[in-house]
Amino acid sequence: MMREITLGQYYPVDSVLHRMDPRTKLFGTMVFIVSLFFANSLAAYGAATVFLILVIRLSKVPFGFMVRGLRAVMFLLLISVSFNLFLTPGTEIFRIGFLKMTWEGLRLAGFMALRLVYLVIGSSVMTLTTTPNQLTDGLEKGLGFLKRVGAPIHEVSMMMSIALRFIPILVEETDKIMKAQMARGADFESGNLVQKAKSMVPLLVPLFISAFRRATDLAMAMEARCYHGGEGRTKMKPLHYARRDYIGYLVYVVYFSAVILLGIVPK
Amino acid sequence: MDAQKTGEEHGILQEDEIRMAIRAEHINYLYGEGTAFEQYALRDVSFEIGDGEFVGLIGHTGSGKSTLIQHLNGLIQASSGKIYYNGEDIYQDGYDKRGLRSKVGLVFQYPEHQLFEVDVFSDVCFGPRNQGLSKEETEIRAKEALTLVGLEERFWFQSPFELSGGQKRRAAIAGVLAMRPEVLILDEPTAGLDPQGRDEILDEISALHREKGMTIVLVSHSMEDIARYADRILVMNHGEKMFDGTPKEVFRHYKELERMGLAAPQITYVVRQLQEHGIPIEGDITTVEEARDEILKLLEKNSGKAGDRP
Amino acid sequence: MSMGIIKASKLIYEYIRRDEEDQVEEVNRAIDGLDLDIQEGDFVAILGHNGSGKSTFAKQLNGILMPTEGTVWISGMRTDDDSHIWDIRKTAGMVFQNPDNQIIGNVVEEDVGFGPENLGVPTDEIWRRVDESLAAVGMTAYRMKSPNKLSGGQKQRVAIAGVMAMKPKCIILDEPTAMLDPNGRREVIRTVHELNKKEGITVLLITHYMEEVIEADRVIVMDSGRLVMDGTPKEIFSRVRELKGYRLDVPQVTELAYELRQQGADLPEGVLTIEELMEYLVPMLQACKDQEG
Repeated sequence: MMREITLGQYYPVDSVLHRMDPRTKLFGTMVFIVSLFFANSLAAYGAATVFLILVIRLSKVPFGFMVRGLRAVMFLLLISVSFNLFLTPGTEIFRIGFLKMTWEGLRLAGFMALRLVYLVIGSSVMTLTTTPNQLTDGLEKGLGFLKRVGAPIHEVSMMMSIALRFIPILVEETDKIMKAQMARGADFESGNLVQKAKSMVPLLVPLFISAFRRATDLAMAMEARCYHGGEGRTKMKPLHYARRDYIGYLVYVVYFSAVILLGIVPK
Repeated sequence: MDAQKTGEEHGILQEDEIRMAIRAEHINYLYGEGTAFEQYALRDVSFEIGDGEFVGLIGHTGSGKSTLIQHLNGLIQASSGKIYYNGEDIYQDGYDKRGLRSKVGLVFQYPEHQLFEVDVFSDVCFGPRNQGLSKEETEIRAKEALTLVGLEERFWFQSPFELSGGQKRRAAIAGVLAMRPEVLILDEPTAGLDPQGRDEILDEISALHREKGMTIVLVSHSMEDIARYADRILVMNHGEKMFDGTPKEVFRHYKELERMGLAAPQITYVVRQLQEHGIPIEGDITTVEEARDEILKLLEKNSGKAGDRP
Repeated sequence: MSMGIIKASKLIYEYIRRDEEDQVEEVNRAIDGLDLDIQEGDFVAILGHNGSGKSTFAKQLNGILMPTEGTVWISGMRTDDDSHIWDIRKTAGMVFQNPDNQIIGNVVEEDVGFGPENLGVPTDEIWRRVDESLAAVGMTAYRMKSPNKLSGGQKQRVAIAGVMAMKPKCIILDEPTAMLDPNGRREVIRTVHELNKKEGITVLLITHYMEEVIEADRVIVMDSGRLVMDGTPKEIFSRVRELKGYRLDVPQVTELAYELRQQGADLPEGVLTIEELMEYLVPMLQACKDQEG
């Protein structure tokens, strides 16, 4: 069960978006996020909405999966919305005590909420259509120019990819060790802060030991399969820009210009 | 199931004579309740475990047996259904769940992965200490438990990580025994051990049952081990209880067991094949010793001397 | 000179534990003068209890550990010769015990491609090898799955495919079934036998499950870092008492035949299968029945 809740929640279907180069998707996500901060008119948000709907349709991922990521930011969303609602000066709508809701606040809160929701959905589209490996590949190649200045880009992306693989395993292991210690009468809930911290020792020690054991095993398995760093390595799935990627970049340019223009156009 | 019926007729388990340690009534357990992924891990499971019984629990991976045993000491709460321990409803308000966990000891798979203290002895003290016992009493129990699992004294104050696989396993089992449980549940206690290591652990568990009268629930993939040690077998399949009876009764259904991805002990197949060849041998044999004695009896009956080829 | 694909001569390996001042605190001799020659194409099983040195030996075979004394050759290459290390690892692939800790990729097919990627194999060739290897272990249908969604037996088959994709001559499996359930165990053993028969891969299977070695060409028993028994399964399994002395066991059918033989029944030594036992026992018992009748 715990394995379902992961960062790299890839949704395996075949779509244009799935086949797109991860660099294109990474760049696209960046463009989209930046555009959200430039968008300051209804029309601009309209453009963002159209873009998002287009992307979601292209991804073939059910909409339900897209919004699932929202649950995690619900709290943040509520706070920022209420702050904007009540703390923006302007024309008053009504007032409860010292809290006053304004038209300007409503507008700002609406945009803020949209911005956050779109941000989460937008990045979900990327993680849902890109395997963690493609993502790290994309980062590795996209940031490859940093290698020239001695940055360990290959190593970092390999580490990311391994971390992604082992997070669900370690989550499950945590659950198992926790239950095993509870079976020996351990109490992880009650007590003050110091007692609670102390009660984590029987959980954390075995967890660290297990992580080390896995790391040693994995290092050995990788060596046995001739891993010796990024030098002289080929790729099973090398990154090549295809026509769809060039089209993608074109769409970004059009979209971004639209957002900027729609922001400038007099209201 | 008819196996269940015969189990009761057998006369060994008459309810008014035997005190029931655990009674589970219509246990259902759902994963991801209320979501699209809702799935039954356990479906309408009912059974009883008598005081002092040695019960084997079998089922292929994912059949629900691990989920089931975690219900018995309250680590997992059933979605519906009732569990009684010594006649008390463990789901009633104010029931002492932590107390239950020390009475129903649960040894997880690869229990050595939970060791965390600097030495074996301190680790074994963890359970009794959590029970709130005094230092003296804790140490008495730790010593007792380590002796029960047959771990030699020279290992007691060593780091668990200097021990061999089998010794670590025993230290971990001692960690549960130190709470003096009345029921001991073990999830594949012999996984990953070599043949002799397996036998040693199983013999010690069997001794706990025989000498201390402890109720044992043994989860195992080895039908041979189950046949050798258990008085009764529960079979799980897709979250449901399929059979419940003595080893002889359950292994009689070897064809159904095979369909569930299980099997009978190899010796049962030997005997069944002899029967198919028209040899008048008892079909319900589940251990090598029984088979040997039966075959020798047949051989001796006529020739007077075993093995003489006519 | 004809040399087997794996050859060890006077092999000694010691684990040395040092204290903080780098002084030798304890020396543990895990392998103690081992000589072994394994022929190409054979299916060889190594049995031994935990701590008998069999896993340490496996790690000598692809240069993860280096001999303290003596020599190991893989296809004629010395493992302590640094210049051959990648050729050795490519020739003698290795599958380990824990299915989770040897899968690197987040998708099955990407994991299988990991070895060839490291070897610098061109992309098209990687895809060909991944396709072939997945087919050889019967995991093609799972190629796009996350390894976390597979059963233990399936994970081990992926690990085997990962080794196969490096085009090895020999696969060393270090207790590949120790953490699996009976179905997973059968799945893995069946796969390994198929690779041995169809692809002619030399297999070195390390295990302590006796029923897994019955179909091997050769069985070797290790104890205290030495080779103590070496023969066909039949030869090895006829020595029941000796095996038990090495903390090992025999399948129930072998045990039954052995016990009956001890009681004077006229049965051959080293019965391995039910069919074999029936062949001898049925006529014997039928004769008794006829006499009675």
